[in-house]
This record gives sequence, C-alpha cells and structure tokens, in this order.
Amino acid sequence: MSARAYNFAYLDEQTKRMIRRALLKAVAIPGYQVPFASREMPMPYGWGTGGVQVTAAVIGPDDVLKVIDQGADDTTNAVSIRAFFAKVAEVKTTTRTAEATLIQTRHRIPEHPLTSGQILVYQVPIPEPLRFLEPRETETRTMHALSEYGLMHVKLYEDIARHGHIATTYAYPVKVEGRYLMDPSPIPKFDNPKMHRSPALQLFGAGREKRIYAIPPFTEVVSLDFDDHPFTVQEFGAPCALCGAEGVYLDEVVLDDKGGHMFVCSDTDFCEDRRAQGFGPQVTEAAE
Amino acid sequence: MTSEPLLRVTGLEKMYGTRVGCRDVSFELWPGEVLAVVGESGSGKTTLLNTLSTRLAATAGRAEYLMRDGVWRNLFDLSEAERRLLMRTDWGFVHQNPADGLRMTVSAGANVGERLMAVGERHYGRIRSTAVDWLTRVEIAADRVDDEPRRFSGGMRQRLQIARNLVTHPRLVFMDEPTGGLDVSVQARLLDLLRGLVSDLGISVILVTHDLAVARLLSHRMMVMKDGLVVETGLTDRVLDDPREPYTQLLVSSILMV
Repeated sequence: MSARAYNFAYLDEQTKRMIRRALLKAVAIPGYQVPFASREMPMPYGWGTGGVQVTAAVIGPDDVLKVIDQGADDTTNAVSIRAFFAKVAEVKTTTRTAEATLIQTRHRIPEHPLTSGQILVYQVPIPEPLRFLEPRETETRTMHALSEYGLMHVKLYEDIARHGHIATTYAYPVKVEGRYLMDPSPIPKFDNPKMHRSPALQLFGAGREKRIYAIPPFTEVVSLDFDDHPFTVQEFGAPCALCGAEGVYLDEVVLDDKGGHMFVCSDTDFCEDRRAQGFGPQVTEAAE
Repeated sequence: MTSEPLLRVTGLEKMYGTRVGCRDVSFELWPGEVLAVVGESGSGKTTLLNTLSTRLAATAGRAEYLMRDGVWRNLFDLSEAERRLLMRTDWGFVHQNPADGLRMTVSAGANVGERLMAVGERHYGRIRSTAVDWLTRVEIAADRVDDEPRRFSGGMRQRLQIARNLVTHPRLVFMDEPTGGLDVSVQARLLDLLRGLVSDLGISVILVTHDLAVARLLSHRMMVMKDGLVVETGLTDRVLDDPREPYTQLLVSSILMV
C-alpha cells in the first residue's frame, strides 16, 4: 500500500504520547481530572472530540472498535466515528459489545457486562461536577485538592427540596475510590452501578475542556446520596416492546402523531442479540 | 468567666505595596466579647478584618487563636485546609452585601444547610429541620425555607446570612458593616436580633462599622482607626461619651442628631 495521507489513527505520534501520559496519570489517580493539550479534530466540539482523541491514543491495529451514541450503533455520530477509525487506523469494527476490545460511548454503558481487557472510552462535555455550583476553576480545583465536597450535597438537597426526591437522572455525581468527586459524563444514573468495580478500564475524554480522567478496573465508584434518601436507579413499568427485556434502560420511541409510543432497549446491540436468540415482546393479559 | 482570651493580635501589619492598609495593630479578644472597629472610609477597618479572617495575607505580626482543642495557633501559619475548615466551622463571616455571603440560586434551606453538609451531615431530614429551626430563630417564616434568597428582601437576606453562619455554632464571627444598606427600622430589628443571638450563644464578634450607633448598641469594646493605625481603644461607652483623641472627638461630634 502507498504512503498514507494520515499517520496511524490520525493523530501524530507526539500527540498520542502526550495523551497517553495524561491517561497514565489519570489511571494512577482515579477520578482526578488531568489537563491535556487537546487538539483540534476534524469534527465540531460536542461531537466527541475528547473521546476520539483518547481512542486514537489507545487504539492499536489489532483492536476491534465499537462506537455507540445513546446506546445505539446506527446513529450519525456512532457511524461516522466508526468509519473514521476504520479509515485512519484500518481497524476491524463491530457492533457487538462482547467482540469489541475498545468501545467509545456517548451517554450509555452497554447492557452486556464488560469484561477484563476491554476499554470503555466516554465522551465528556463538562468534566467538572461542581461547575454549575461553583463557576471559578481555581476554587473547584482547591475543593478537589482538599476534598471539600459538601457543595455537591447542596445540589442534591435542592433536588429533594424541590421535587421530593433526588431528581438528577444523568451525570449523577460519584465518589471514586473514596477520594475524588467525579462526573460520569451524561450517562443515565441507571448506568452508575455498572461503573462500580467494573473489570473494564474506563477512560473519559473532554476535548473542549481539555481534561482526561479514568477509572481503573475494579475501582470503587459510589453514587452520592443522603442517608434518608438513598441512591436508586430508574425503573421502567414495562419491558422492551421488541425483545421483552426487563431491567435494562429503555428509550421512548414515538410511533405516530396521535400519542402512540413504545419503549425499546436503548442498547441496540443488546436488543438485536436477544431477538436473534428468539426473545420477543412479552405477551400480557392486558394486551388489547 | 474564662481566664484566657480567644484571639491575641500583636503588631499586625498589612501593606499594599508601599501603601499602608493597617499597621501596628495589637489587641486581645475575649470569649463572648463584641469588639467594634470604627473609623472613616479608608481607615483600614476592612483591611484589618480581612487580614484577621485570613482572607488577606498579613505582611507582619501575629494573630494567635485558641483552637477548639485548646491549642494556640498563629492564624498566618495555618495550612489552607486548616484555614478553610476554621472558616466553615468555628468562624463566621457576615458580609455587608448578603449576595457575597449567600448562594443566591439555591434555596434558603440549602444555604443554611451547606455548612452542615460541608462537615459531613448526610441526613436530609435532620439538615432540613435544623435549617427551619435556624430560620425561625432569625425571624424568617418556616414556609420560606424552599425560596431562593433572591426573592427575599434586603433585611431577610441579611438575617439568612447570619443564620447560615451561626448554624455550626462558631465561636468567632467577623461582621463587615452588617447593617449597611438597610433602612433604619429594618436596621433596628436586625441589631436587636444580633444582640440577642450574640449574648445567647456567647459568640465573640469583631464588628467593623462606620456607624457609631451600631457600635454603641452591639459592642462592649471599641477600637478607633485612622490611616491604618489604632488611635484609641476602650469600653464603648467610655470612648463615645468621653473621647480622648482629637480624631475620636471629631467622629463623635459628626453624628447627626435628629
């Protein structure tokens, strides 16, 4: 093959080394936001520039890449990032969670349990969990340095005072290994328990904010709560309308303009897999 | 009556480059004592307050504080972590403008509860009932607990700021013109409330004010400052009724009589 127009995985080797150094530091200090010299990527901020840089820094020729956006493999962002790495790194891509060695994700953790050796890369819009409570970066850094996290509970207190329960449903703050407060990126809080002691390596990249952080395998990840208002995940009244799965995260799909809608698995690979195994909609007595 | 002061200040100096903020300030503050620092604008009152509360770094001198564990510590030798812990547990700071001391976008209850959560309280019910209790003590109706302070009047905001500071039972509270910007009747009620709280809880207060009437009502002792120096110290009534220094005499005679 003739000389490539791009270096392997698009970024030049020096940039990848710089990102890997930040990643090593992030893994060494779980939950700590490591600044890094984020590069311009051939996509707009907010489309996963942080995640793409992390993926580019860790991907190798033997990796099998899966990219999901809101759990789906077939949305614009997921398709184009997958095509991007298929082109610039010539790696195999897949939509199957179990086959992937590297998964870049936006807003979900796959339903299929992750295993040792897999790497999950999150795209992060705002890495600082305290940002909306304390706008000053100097102050939030001091608060992290001194473990002053009372303010995060002020946010949860406000939720209960206004809504009667903790109404934060995504980007739900967690404490990593008993030390750093961390924003798990805008995944639903439904996925928070999956981060706890996960055998997979979890890397977080925020391109615009120029921060990288990480959760090494088997790390304690605890969602914040109050003694009398413990952390709970969302519950869905009905199983997936396509595969009948229960205990998974569902998306609402609008069917027509007359109020028709159904709830289906947000993880498309999981849903297809189940249907291939012969699972179908659960038949209930109440069906019309 | 305890036989030890709470705070011992010796030769305190704060320079802004070559300009004097305050200089050569020495005094002792005793538990339960209210000390007023008076003087005209630019006399160094607020600089002194900010330096003592470690919001500014002193350029010379010592300020020793008797910590809760009975150990004397020089405030300027404390680590940042220790200073911040002191600030949100054993101390309070009441700003002239309540917006500086409150979180305007979270509810009154959360404003009062923030210090409790900062020291590790994790029970919503208890935080809330403590908040309601403190709101009542500063004469804010319990049904305003979920309102944001930006929907409060100026006087209510100031009372909320006081509740927020007192919830951890501090031993020393710094006040910077706590009644500034309030109309006289609201001022009178606030002063009444402050006087009651301070004497009930036995708090020591360093009160900066340019209003001699406020100092007369609240304070036991008084320091008069001019050009960064303390020109006269004494019991409040003595200083106001029998001022010795020409500058103090000028201050006292400048009060408008209605």
